[in-house]
Amino acid sequence: MSEEMMDDEVVKKMAYINRRAPYGSIYALESLEVVLIGAAFDQDVSLIFADDGVFQLKKDQETAGIDMKNFSPTYRALEMYDVEKLYVSKESMTERGLSEDDLVVDVEIKTDAELADLLDDQDVIFSF
Amino acid sequence: MKFTVQVNEGPYQHQAADSAYQFTKAVLEKGHEVFRVFFYHDGVNNATNLTTPPQDDRHVVNRWSELAKEHDLDLVVCVAAAQRRGIVDEGEAKRNSKDAENIADGFRISGLGQLIEAGIQSDRVVVFGD
Repeated sequence: MSEEMMDDEVVKKMAYINRRAPYGSIYALESLEVVLIGAAFDQDVSLIFADDGVFQLKKDQETAGIDMKNFSPTYRALEMYDVEKLYVSKESMTERGLSEDDLVVDVEIKTDAELADLLDDQDVIFSF
Repeated sequence: MKFTVQVNEGPYQHQAADSAYQFTKAVLEKGHEVFRVFFYHDGVNNATNLTTPPQDDRHVVNRWSELAKEHDLDLVVCVAAAQRRGIVDEGEAKRNSKDAENIADGFRISGLGQLIEAGIQSDRVVVFGD
Protein backbone atom coordinates (compact mmCIF):
# COMPACT_ATOMS: atom_id res chain seq x y z
CA MET A 1 0.00 0.00 0.00
CA SER A 2 2.85 2.41 0.80
CA GLU A 3 4.04 2.43 -2.81
CA GLU A 4 0.57 3.15 -4.04
CA MET A 5 0.28 6.00 -1.53
CA MET A 6 3.36 7.69 -2.92
CA ASP A 7 1.82 7.73 -6.36
CA ASP A 8 0.31 11.10 -7.26
CA GLU A 9 -2.34 9.30 -9.27
CA VAL A 10 -3.90 7.66 -6.23
CA VAL A 11 -7.60 8.43 -5.92
CA LYS A 12 -9.14 8.18 -2.47
CA LYS A 13 -12.74 8.29 -1.42
CA MET A 14 -13.09 11.48 0.55
CA ALA A 15 -16.23 12.53 2.39
CA TYR A 16 -17.00 15.87 3.92
CA ILE A 17 -19.64 15.83 6.65
CA ASN A 18 -21.41 19.14 7.14
CA ARG A 19 -23.39 19.28 10.37
CA ARG A 20 -23.65 22.99 11.16
CA ALA A 21 -26.08 25.74 10.17
CA PRO A 22 -24.59 28.06 7.51
CA TYR A 23 -24.45 31.06 9.84
CA GLY A 24 -23.84 31.30 13.57
CA SER A 25 -20.41 29.75 13.19
CA ILE A 26 -17.84 29.66 10.40
CA TYR A 27 -17.68 25.87 10.04
CA ALA A 28 -19.93 25.68 6.97
CA LEU A 29 -18.09 28.38 5.04
CA GLU A 30 -14.64 27.07 5.87
CA SER A 31 -15.73 23.54 5.01
CA LEU A 32 -16.81 24.75 1.60
CA GLU A 33 -13.39 26.37 1.15
CA VAL A 34 -11.72 23.00 1.75
CA VAL A 35 -14.04 21.34 -0.77
CA LEU A 36 -13.22 23.93 -3.44
CA ILE A 37 -9.46 23.68 -2.92
CA GLY A 38 -9.68 19.89 -2.61
CA ALA A 39 -11.44 19.62 -5.97
CA ALA A 40 -8.11 20.37 -7.67
CA PHE A 41 -6.77 17.04 -6.38
CA ASP A 42 -9.22 14.96 -8.46
CA GLN A 43 -10.28 12.69 -5.62
CA ASP A 44 -13.55 10.75 -5.33
CA VAL A 45 -15.44 13.34 -3.27
CA SER A 46 -18.77 13.02 -1.46
CA LEU A 47 -20.48 15.77 0.48
CA ILE A 48 -22.85 14.81 3.26
CA PHE A 49 -25.28 17.22 4.89
CA ALA A 50 -26.81 16.20 8.19
CA ASP A 51 -28.23 17.75 11.36
CA ASP A 52 -28.41 21.56 10.96
CA GLY A 53 -25.99 21.16 8.03
CA VAL A 54 -29.02 20.62 5.78
CA PHE A 55 -29.80 24.33 6.20
CA GLN A 56 -26.61 25.13 4.27
CA LEU A 57 -28.45 24.11 1.09
CA LYS A 58 -31.68 25.98 1.87
CA LYS A 59 -33.05 28.18 -0.91
CA ASP A 60 -33.74 31.91 -0.44
CA GLN A 61 -31.17 32.67 2.22
CA GLU A 62 -31.41 36.36 3.19
CA THR A 63 -28.29 37.41 5.05
CA ALA A 64 -28.22 41.20 4.70
CA GLY A 65 -29.77 41.60 8.14
CA ILE A 66 -26.89 39.83 9.85
CA ASP A 67 -24.18 41.47 7.69
CA MET A 68 -22.93 38.14 6.37
CA LYS A 69 -22.20 37.12 2.82
CA ASN A 70 -24.76 34.66 1.46
CA PHE A 71 -22.47 31.92 0.18
CA SER A 72 -25.22 29.43 -0.73
CA PRO A 73 -24.88 30.14 -4.52
CA THR A 74 -21.42 28.55 -4.30
CA TYR A 75 -23.02 25.13 -3.77
CA ARG A 76 -24.51 25.48 -7.25
CA ALA A 77 -20.98 25.95 -8.63
CA LEU A 78 -19.71 22.67 -7.19
CA GLU A 79 -20.76 20.85 -10.34
CA MET A 80 -18.17 22.85 -12.29
CA TYR A 81 -15.54 21.52 -9.90
CA ASP A 82 -16.73 17.94 -10.60
CA VAL A 83 -18.08 17.68 -7.08
CA GLU A 84 -21.37 15.99 -7.89
CA LYS A 85 -22.07 13.54 -5.09
CA LEU A 86 -24.17 15.46 -2.62
CA TYR A 87 -26.05 13.44 -0.01
CA VAL A 88 -28.57 14.74 2.49
CA SER A 89 -29.87 13.01 5.59
CA LYS A 90 -33.53 12.10 5.21
CA GLU A 91 -34.09 12.18 8.97
CA SER A 92 -32.44 15.60 9.35
CA MET A 93 -34.60 17.00 6.53
CA THR A 94 -37.79 15.59 8.02
CA GLU A 95 -37.01 16.86 11.52
CA ARG A 96 -36.62 20.37 10.09
CA GLY A 97 -39.65 20.29 7.83
CA LEU A 98 -37.57 20.46 4.65
CA SER A 99 -38.08 18.72 1.32
CA GLU A 100 -35.86 18.41 -1.73
CA ASP A 101 -37.67 21.35 -3.35
CA ASP A 102 -36.34 23.62 -0.60
CA LEU A 103 -32.72 23.08 -1.65
CA VAL A 104 -30.52 25.11 -4.04
CA VAL A 105 -28.94 22.04 -5.67
CA ASP A 106 -29.86 18.54 -6.76
CA VAL A 107 -29.03 16.05 -4.04
CA GLU A 108 -29.54 12.43 -3.23
CA ILE A 109 -31.58 11.88 -0.08
CA LYS A 110 -30.32 8.99 2.03
CA THR A 111 -31.41 7.57 5.36
CA ASP A 112 -28.93 7.84 8.23
CA ALA A 113 -28.39 4.07 7.97
CA GLU A 114 -27.49 4.46 4.28
CA LEU A 115 -25.18 7.36 5.12
CA ALA A 116 -23.48 5.18 7.72
CA ASP A 117 -22.78 2.59 5.01
CA LEU A 118 -21.47 5.33 2.74
CA LEU A 119 -19.10 6.54 5.47
CA ASP A 120 -17.97 2.98 6.08
CA ASP A 121 -16.80 2.91 2.48
CA GLN A 122 -14.63 6.08 2.67
CA ASP A 123 -10.85 6.37 2.93
CA VAL A 124 -10.85 9.86 4.43
CA ILE A 125 -13.59 11.67 6.35
CA PHE A 126 -13.43 15.38 7.11
CA SER A 127 -15.98 16.45 9.67
CA PHE A 128 -17.12 20.07 10.00
CA MET B 1 0.92 3.63 10.55
CA LYS B 2 1.02 7.11 9.03
CA PHE B 3 -1.30 9.63 10.72
CA THR B 4 -2.48 13.14 9.96
CA VAL B 5 -4.13 15.12 12.75
CA GLN B 6 -6.50 18.00 12.12
CA VAL B 7 -7.12 20.52 14.91
CA ASN B 8 -10.30 22.54 14.53
CA GLU B 9 -10.67 24.31 17.88
CA GLY B 10 -8.76 26.94 19.80
CA PRO B 11 -6.53 26.51 22.86
CA TYR B 12 -7.99 26.76 26.39
CA GLN B 13 -11.47 27.24 24.88
CA HIS B 14 -11.98 23.65 23.84
CA GLN B 15 -10.82 20.19 24.86
CA ALA B 16 -10.21 19.32 21.20
CA ALA B 17 -6.99 21.36 21.21
CA ASP B 18 -5.69 19.36 24.19
CA SER B 19 -6.91 16.00 22.92
CA ALA B 20 -5.24 16.56 19.55
CA TYR B 21 -1.94 17.16 21.29
CA GLN B 22 -2.31 14.17 23.62
CA PHE B 23 -3.25 11.95 20.69
CA THR B 24 -0.32 13.12 18.55
CA LYS B 25 2.08 12.54 21.43
CA ALA B 26 0.67 9.06 22.07
CA VAL B 27 0.88 8.15 18.37
CA LEU B 28 4.56 9.15 18.29
CA GLU B 29 5.32 7.30 21.53
CA LYS B 30 3.83 4.15 20.00
CA GLY B 31 6.31 4.46 17.15
CA HIS B 32 3.89 5.59 14.45
CA GLU B 33 4.57 8.35 11.97
CA VAL B 34 2.77 11.70 12.00
CA PHE B 35 2.76 12.99 8.45
CA ARG B 36 1.30 16.37 9.36
CA VAL B 37 -0.72 18.27 11.95
CA PHE B 38 -3.09 20.70 10.25
CA PHE B 39 -4.64 23.62 12.14
CA TYR B 40 -7.96 24.91 10.82
CA HIS B 41 -10.93 27.04 11.98
CA ASP B 42 -10.12 28.45 15.45
CA GLY B 43 -7.45 25.75 15.66
CA VAL B 44 -5.07 28.27 14.07
CA ASN B 45 -5.03 30.07 17.45
CA ASN B 46 -2.88 27.20 18.74
CA ALA B 47 -0.07 28.77 16.71
CA THR B 48 0.32 32.26 18.17
CA ASN B 49 3.42 32.97 20.24
CA LEU B 50 1.58 35.80 22.03
CA THR B 51 -0.21 33.23 24.18
CA THR B 52 0.54 33.77 27.88
CA PRO B 53 -1.36 31.37 30.14
CA PRO B 54 -1.08 31.49 33.95
CA GLN B 55 2.20 29.97 35.11
CA ASP B 56 0.57 27.03 36.86
CA ASP B 57 -1.30 25.98 33.69
CA ARG B 58 -0.16 23.96 30.67
CA HIS B 59 1.24 25.98 27.76
CA VAL B 60 -0.71 24.68 24.78
CA VAL B 61 1.32 26.55 22.16
CA ASN B 62 4.80 25.86 23.52
CA ARG B 63 3.84 22.23 24.00
CA TRP B 64 3.31 21.87 20.24
CA SER B 65 6.56 23.73 19.47
CA GLU B 66 8.51 21.40 21.75
CA LEU B 67 6.89 18.28 20.30
CA ALA B 68 7.63 19.54 16.79
CA LYS B 69 11.28 20.11 17.64
CA GLU B 70 11.63 16.72 19.26
CA HIS B 71 10.00 14.75 16.43
CA ASP B 72 10.55 17.05 13.44
CA LEU B 73 6.77 17.46 13.10
CA ASP B 74 5.17 19.36 10.23
CA LEU B 75 2.75 21.78 11.93
CA VAL B 76 0.75 23.56 9.23
CA VAL B 77 -1.59 26.48 9.80
CA CYS B 78 -4.19 27.18 7.12
CA VAL B 79 -3.43 30.55 5.55
CA ALA B 80 -7.05 31.57 4.90
CA ALA B 81 -8.14 30.70 8.43
CA ALA B 82 -5.01 32.37 9.84
CA GLN B 83 -5.58 35.61 7.93
CA ARG B 84 -9.09 35.90 9.33
CA ARG B 85 -7.86 35.36 12.88
CA GLY B 86 -4.64 37.36 12.86
CA ILE B 87 -2.02 34.62 12.82
CA VAL B 88 0.88 36.02 10.82
CA ASP B 89 4.36 34.90 9.77
CA GLU B 90 7.06 37.03 8.19
CA GLY B 91 5.85 36.47 4.63
CA GLU B 92 2.21 37.15 5.47
CA ALA B 93 3.19 40.28 7.42
CA LYS B 94 5.02 41.64 4.41
CA ARG B 95 2.30 40.65 1.93
CA ASN B 96 -0.48 42.24 3.97
CA SER B 97 1.52 45.22 5.28
CA LYS B 98 1.34 44.18 8.92
CA ASP B 99 3.94 45.52 11.33
CA ALA B 100 4.22 42.32 13.40
CA GLU B 101 4.30 38.54 13.15
CA ASN B 102 3.18 36.07 15.79
CA ILE B 103 3.64 32.56 14.41
CA ALA B 104 5.10 30.29 17.11
CA ASP B 105 8.26 28.21 16.61
CA GLY B 106 7.78 25.03 14.64
CA PHE B 107 4.59 26.14 12.86
CA ARG B 108 4.34 27.19 9.23
CA ILE B 109 1.53 28.86 7.30
CA SER B 110 0.37 27.20 4.10
CA GLY B 111 -2.70 26.41 2.03
CA LEU B 112 -5.63 24.02 2.33
CA GLY B 113 -4.04 21.85 -0.32
CA GLN B 114 -1.72 20.65 2.44
CA LEU B 115 -4.71 19.13 4.22
CA ILE B 116 -5.95 17.30 1.13
CA GLU B 117 -2.44 16.10 0.30
CA ALA B 118 -2.10 14.84 3.87
CA GLY B 119 -5.38 12.95 3.44
CA ILE B 120 -4.02 11.30 0.32
CA GLN B 121 -0.63 10.45 1.80
CA SER B 122 -1.71 9.25 5.25
CA ASP B 123 -3.28 5.99 6.35
CA ARG B 124 -5.53 7.81 8.82
CA VAL B 125 -6.80 11.37 9.19
CA VAL B 126 -8.03 12.06 12.71
CA VAL B 127 -10.09 15.23 13.18
CA PHE B 128 -10.34 16.92 16.58
CA GLY B 129 -13.22 19.36 16.78
CA ASP B 130 -16.55 20.22 18.26
